[in-house]
Amino acid sequence: MLAAAISYWQKADLERDIGIATVRSFVQLTAVGYAIKLIFEADTLWLVFALLAVMVVFGALTARSRAKKVPGAFWPLLIALALAGATTLGLVVALGVFEPTARYLVPVGGMVIGNAMTASAVALNRLGDEMADSRAKIEATLALGATAQQAAAPFVRRALRSGMITLVDSTKTTGLIFFPGTMVGMLLAGASPTDAVRLQLVLLYALLGSVAIAGLVATALAYRNFFTSAQQLRELESG
Amino acid sequence: MLFELSEVSLIRGDRRVLDSVSAAIPAGATAIVGPSGAGKSTLLRLLNRLADPDAGTITYRGRPLAEYEPLALRREVSLVPQLPALLEGTVESNLAYAAGLAGKELAAEGCLRLAGLDPDFALRDVAKLSVGEQQRAMLARALAQEPVVLLLDEPTSALDHSARDAIEATLAELRRELEISIVLVSHDPEQARRLGDWVVRLEQGRAIEAGPIEEMMA
Repeated sequence: MLAAAISYWQKADLERDIGIATVRSFVQLTAVGYAIKLIFEADTLWLVFALLAVMVVFGALTARSRAKKVPGAFWPLLIALALAGATTLGLVVALGVFEPTARYLVPVGGMVIGNAMTASAVALNRLGDEMADSRAKIEATLALGATAQQAAAPFVRRALRSGMITLVDSTKTTGLIFFPGTMVGMLLAGASPTDAVRLQLVLLYALLGSVAIAGLVATALAYRNFFTSAQQLRELESG
Repeated sequence: MLFELSEVSLIRGDRRVLDSVSAAIPAGATAIVGPSGAGKSTLLRLLNRLADPDAGTITYRGRPLAEYEPLALRREVSLVPQLPALLEGTVESNLAYAAGLAGKELAAEGCLRLAGLDPDFALRDVAKLSVGEQQRAMLARALAQEPVVLLLDEPTSALDHSARDAIEATLAELRRELEISIVLVSHDPEQARRLGDWVVRLEQGRAIEAGPIEEMMA
C-alpha cells in the first residue's frame, strides 16, 4: 500500500505493476509452499529434480523476455540455467556442504537458479544492445577475416561482466551495507550468528559460481545466433 | 576477369536490393557508381562474402565465390567500410590485429606511409583521430593484410575536399606501388573518372551498364 501510494504521489505510474507483483507473489509463493511441503513429505529426489527442472524452464522463459534483441535466446538460457544449477548443486553436495535431500536441494536450488536467471537475463540484454549498437564495428572486423567469435569477443566480455557485476558488488558489501536473506532468516529463526554467517558464506560462494557459469554459457551460446555459418552478421542492412 | 556476376539478386524484407545483376569486374581499378540506394554497398559486401546472394552466382578468378572459405577470402579480398570502425586501442594495435589474422608480419610504418599517415600515428589512440585520419587508419589496417584486392566503400564520403583529394592521391599511389586491384564504390561520377579504369553503373538494384571508363563516361 505504501509503495503504491508513493508511486501515485510521485506519478511513477507503477501502481498497477505493484498491485500485480503483490498478488502474484502471494499466489506463487503460497502455491510453491504447498508444492514444497508435498515434496518434503514425499522425500524423493525425482520430485526434487522435477521441481528444479520446472524452475529452469520458467527461468529461461522469464529471462528470454529480457533478451528480446537476442535471436533464439531460449535455448542458450535453458542450457545456461540447467548447467549452472546442476554444477553448483552437484558441487555443494559432492563437497558434503549439504545432504542430497529435498530439504536442502529445493531452497538452495531455487536460489541458485533464480540468481543465474537474473544474471543471464542481464548479460543477454546487454549482449543484444551491444550487438545492435556495434554492427558497423563487428562487420568491419569480420571484413578483415576475423571469426564471429573474434569479432564478437569484446561485446561478449562486456555482456558477461554486466551479468556478474551486481552479485559481485553485493557480495563485496555483504555485512557492511546489507544482510543477505538467508542470514536474516536464520537469525530471525533463532540460529547462532556464527552458524548463520557460515551458511550464508557457503551460499554466496555457490551463487557466485552459478552466476559465472550461467553468464558464461548464456553469452557463449547466444552470440552465435547473431551470425550465419559463413561468419556473416545476420539481418544485414542494404546499401 | 577478377569478378563475374551472373543474374545476382539479393532481397531484404520486401525490397529487391539487387535485381538480376550481371557484370564483369576486371583486375585494375573499377568504380561502382550510381545514386544512393542503388545497391552499390550491398554489391561490394557480396564480393568478400559479408553477405551471400539469394540468387545467381559470383566468381572470383574463375571460381565460384561460394566455394571459397569466407575467412581466407576476406583476408585476400579486403573490404574497407564506408564509416570508420576501428577497434579500441592504438592505430598500431589495429594494424597488428589485422596482420595477425592474415598471418603476416606487421610492417606498420610502410602501411601507414602507403595510407598517407605519418609513422608517428602508430601509437595514437584511435578515439582521438579525426574522421579523415580514421579513414586512413582503416586503409592502413586493410593494407597490413597485404590483400590482393581492396574493396573500398565510399572512402571519401565523410571527408572535406582537401581530405578527399589526399585519399584519392593515396589510392593512386597505392596502385602505382602495389600490384593491387581496387573496387571502389562512389556516388560521385567525377571521382570514378579520376580513380577508375572500368565502371559498373547501378540503378535501383540493376546493372545499367559496365565497361571501360573512357567509353562509359565519355
